[in-house]
Amino acid sequence: MLRLDGLSKTYPNATQALRGVTLEMKEGEIVAFVGGSGCGKTTMLRLVAGLEAASAGSVEIDGEIIREPHPWVGVIFQEPRLLPWLTVAQNIGFGLSALPRAERDARVEEALLRVGLAGYGGRWPRELSGGQAQRVAIVRALVARPKVLLLDEPFSALDAFTRASLHDHLLGLWQARRPTLVLVTHDVEEAVTLADRVIVMQPRPGRVFADLTLDLPRPRDTLAHDFSDAKRRILKALDGSLQAEAQAAATPDTVGAWW
Amino acid sequence: MSLAVASSSEAPRARRGAVGWALGLIVPATLALAYEAAFRAGAVQGRLLPPPSVVLATLWSLARSGELATHALATLARVGLGFVFGAGAGVLVGALTGASATARKLLDPTLQALRAVPSLAWVPLFILWFGIFESSKIALIAVGVFFPVYLGVMGAIAGVDRKIVEVGRVFRLGRAELARRILLPAILPDAVIALRSGLGLGFMFVVAAEIMGASEGLGYLLVDGQQLGKADQIAAAIIAFAVLGKLCDAALVIATRPLLRWRDSHARAEEA
Repeated sequence: MLRLDGLSKTYPNATQALRGVTLEMKEGEIVAFVGGSGCGKTTMLRLVAGLEAASAGSVEIDGEIIREPHPWVGVIFQEPRLLPWLTVAQNIGFGLSALPRAERDARVEEALLRVGLAGYGGRWPRELSGGQAQRVAIVRALVARPKVLLLDEPFSALDAFTRASLHDHLLGLWQARRPTLVLVTHDVEEAVTLADRVIVMQPRPGRVFADLTLDLPRPRDTLAHDFSDAKRRILKALDGSLQAEAQAAATPDTVGAWW
Repeated sequence: MSLAVASSSEAPRARRGAVGWALGLIVPATLALAYEAAFRAGAVQGRLLPPPSVVLATLWSLARSGELATHALATLARVGLGFVFGAGAGVLVGALTGASATARKLLDPTLQALRAVPSLAWVPLFILWFGIFESSKIALIAVGVFFPVYLGVMGAIAGVDRKIVEVGRVFRLGRAELARRILLPAILPDAVIALRSGLGLGFMFVVAAEIMGASEGLGYLLVDGQQLGKADQIAAAIIAFAVLGKLCDAALVIATRPLLRWRDSHARAEEA
């Protein structure tokens, strides 16, 4: 179980990116965070990843406090961030240097097979398409078998067709070991396609505005009624979060703030 | 595109490479032949600039007497030693200032000021400190090599993509691991270019050092040729410098090529 308790982040320039976020995410749950820019969703992800330190509050996985990058936490960034001087197979095995060679090779081979890149192990990253590179990045994070996988708008740079195929790949991979997925996105359709639960964030300072549970059967049919109903619920909540911000901005106690 | 390059057989690429190499020879060969023809026809006297045949004959006789090898080896040894000291210091200090902002603020202004000193201005001081023999020459060459290597390595380390470094952090690499598995490979292409320009400067400075006073070395051949009015010997020494410099640069490129195989290089795409 992933617990965020009063998680806050204030940057040295006094920008409050995140204020008092308290949430619990169950094991194997897929949670999407949506919200306008400045709502702190990426900051929240970086705190859970241990890449930045919280100003207040804590992140906890199965009772263990996360303060810096942890083997239980995998991260997938917006860009694939493959290391260009390593082959595809070496990139996937990058985090497995502690394992015996045979075990590492076996995991890498299996991973390549699962994302339809069998035979690509010896290629250089520059020889891959954007979608292929992101698939490699996904399995690079998953071969380390994290309990929590963080995804920071991982499909936003891809075309719609590639994105849909990557959604399928991601869900297929998730099925195998069912880590908790924390997905930050600004694409509502993506959130409904993937998530069990959608957290709508409100900006400046970033905090939780709404916590919506999606009870749709899988695989999800993007053309079904309940799918568009869910989308509508989220869009309405997003709208509400922006109105709340507009009102907050108009109150005197925020006059003179940095924006 | 790059896939096609990689999978196509090596032979056609080698042939295209040879053709490109031959193209580069057209201009110098034509000029040399034209000058030779003008000399034979009596249109030029060739005393101040001897024709290619005379220069080649001089080069040949220097080579046969073993003098050429002696002088070339003396020059090579100086450049080699100066390069090792200069490049070593450049890599170390460059890595320090590239990795730490504090070190950069502390050291870089001083080093930039020293860089602005015309390097020959060091000569009198080095002669006072190290004497007129090998040490002062090697010190001068090392100074020449140091600055381009220092600048290149510092810029490369400071310019390593923060996003790639973050990948290392996510996989919990310690400082040494981060340096070995992320920073070193990331700066390697730029570092090789810095080493190559350092080597080029090493050859520039060895000439200065040898002209100052030496009893052997290709630079000595230059001075000797000037004092005795032997233009053919000067030209021969210049050609020897060109060949030696080119060979050393090529050796550096070939030695580092296996480390840079991964690169999506424009040069390779153009060659193909």
